[in-house]
Amino acid sequence: MASPTPVAANPENSQASGAMNAHAGMPPATGSTASAKNPGKPVRRLALLLCFGLLLGLLALFSLAVGSKHIELSVVIDALLQPNDSADHAIIRDSRLPRAILGVLAGSALGIAGALVQSMTRNALAEPGILGVNAGASLAIVIAVGTFGINGFNSYVWFAFGGAVLATGAVYLVGMAGARSSDPVRLVLAGVALGAVLSGIGTALALVHPSAFDQLRAWTIGSLEGRSGEVLVPLAAAVLVGFVLAAFTGRSLNALALGDDTALALGYKVGRARVLILLAVTVLAGAATAAVGAISFLGLMAPHLARRFSGPDARWMLAYTAVLAPVILLLADVLGRVIIPGELEAGVVCAFIGAPVLIVLARRKKPVAV
Amino acid sequence: MSAEAPGAAVTVPGRARRLGRETALCLVLSALAVLFALLVVGSGDYPMGLGKVINVILGGGEGLEGTIVFQWRAPRAVAALAFGAALGVAGAVFQSLTRNPLGSPDIIGFSTGAYTGALLALTLVGGSFLATSLGALAGGLATALTVYFLAWRRGSHGFRLILVGIGVSAMLAALNQWLVLRAEIEVAMAAAVWGAGTLNGVGWPVLIPALIAIVPVLGLTLAGGRNLGMLELGDDTATALGVRVEPARLVLIVLAVLLTSAATAVAGPIAFVALVAPQLAKRLNRAAGMRLAPAACMGALLLVASDLVAQRVFAPVQLPVGVVTVSIGGIYLIWLLSREGRAAKRA
Repeated sequence: MASPTPVAANPENSQASGAMNAHAGMPPATGSTASAKNPGKPVRRLALLLCFGLLLGLLALFSLAVGSKHIELSVVIDALLQPNDSADHAIIRDSRLPRAILGVLAGSALGIAGALVQSMTRNALAEPGILGVNAGASLAIVIAVGTFGINGFNSYVWFAFGGAVLATGAVYLVGMAGARSSDPVRLVLAGVALGAVLSGIGTALALVHPSAFDQLRAWTIGSLEGRSGEVLVPLAAAVLVGFVLAAFTGRSLNALALGDDTALALGYKVGRARVLILLAVTVLAGAATAAVGAISFLGLMAPHLARRFSGPDARWMLAYTAVLAPVILLLADVLGRVIIPGELEAGVVCAFIGAPVLIVLARRKKPVAV
Repeated sequence: MSAEAPGAAVTVPGRARRLGRETALCLVLSALAVLFALLVVGSGDYPMGLGKVINVILGGGEGLEGTIVFQWRAPRAVAALAFGAALGVAGAVFQSLTRNPLGSPDIIGFSTGAYTGALLALTLVGGSFLATSLGALAGGLATALTVYFLAWRRGSHGFRLILVGIGVSAMLAALNQWLVLRAEIEVAMAAAVWGAGTLNGVGWPVLIPALIAIVPVLGLTLAGGRNLGMLELGDDTATALGVRVEPARLVLIVLAVLLTSAATAVAGPIAFVALVAPQLAKRLNRAAGMRLAPAACMGALLLVASDLVAQRVFAPVQLPVGVVTVSIGGIYLIWLLSREGRAAKRA
């Protein structure tokens, strides 16, 4: 880890990066023996994870109380346990509870998607948007607004999801075209290239259609405000699918961190693992982005924060990310409701909370590489 | 080192062949870039053929045609060539220093900071061309300095630079989006055009100061390319080879930021040239490391070709050139990638 160069950020040196990770972390094949030798560690990790989970729960509860109308915590708990028809209970039931659930679901979806992308591509700069999700979704929105005259988040949420899925599929086809095993550098470059083309077309169209531009600037920023409760069920389904896929690929991720050749030698099906991971990222990032907008920075920074607590094992890192990312998003949402009159969008606050954390992490002595 | 290098180039045939390929590549790319520049000069409301343009440049032509070519259209073509080369080199330097194909001057926040500065100038003081340029320059440089000092901790670890850069950029990007969201729609759209990067309305008065900055800095950076190759070997190896790592890296970063800032102040943060030009050049050059000269030629070609498209495709509506660079550069990169994929399958 004392390596003076950013080896891990360098896909061209993937072998060196793998060797470094193997040295610093635990290779998957010996994962069980390592934990057997060191029984205190998983327990401590689990306890810390539960603490963060508790923090998330408290934050969610708190988010039900805070807003343009302050509601006492006792009333909040009442509304959850014994709901009645009072105005306060109606606010909580119809607007704040769906919003809190949306924050938890979208936050962990974006976080996990980011963690999966970073691990799979072995690139610390990767974020959920890198595989074309944001560009695909925003182009679809521009087309929906500019061509079909559809207005409002809740009307074009399916357009956004469809655009995101199509874009990621295209990135996959380009990035893997003909290659025997998918090279992560090619995948990243394909994502960047296709994302750029789509966003270029999107920007050009938006500059021709002012109404689309108007909608797009509001969507891009990312917010939990004004989203209909109807998106929750599809989002929850997507998150469930994504989590299951992510759980299945945890061990392969550890192997992929060692480099493709080593992973193949250890008997992992590298190509299949990548397809599964990509599928998970598409579903998670696509659904979350369609629901709350392009808050992809959350997916970039949450895994860096999680790695600080979890160590290099991808499975723990995924678990920590799943809890820490929604903590950041909910915190951003709550703060955004109170720091200025009106509301500051969660996407903006998220960047202003997350970025200093990322900078402090980066200034620590040893940067934890991917 | 410098004394034995030319000899080595002659005695090692592999290296000579590689340099030969690189020279040929640079010549072809430059020739294409100049051709496109002449086409840019020839296109517009008063179209001129290629022969006529060359004739006017060589001193022929009527008074009006001279004015059109030299005063109206030449600045734009020259700007495209110079800015493209500057951005290509800056991108190559950053991708090499960070060893990341996603590396570009953007990662230390320059473009985002420049956009913030320009947005503030546009929304607060109403944004003349000069105010926007100065705002962009101030915003970009302040951001780059902030990132560098925040990342400094007994040496500028490349990975730390990246993370701090991402963090600062993310905050500024959020601020930019917020400014765009709160602004009147006309101001917001003008800002978006600037933010995409545009060469519309570039004239000699703003171009000449930029050129005075770009040309010598470009020369210095190309001369410093040798250190870049050694830094690519890793800090320890570079030190062993006699490179003073920190000063060398700092100088390269400063040069690359100067190149980006000169181009950005005049034309806005033209997207993607810095990112894609070095990658394209590298794939065509087939050299192991990042080479600066091909990246410069590729950047110039990419920007000037994009500008031609931006002027013509929806004429008379002038698109910002940045919208076209992302599309052309992206499509070309996709094509190269899929061609590589097919080649890998055959092998």
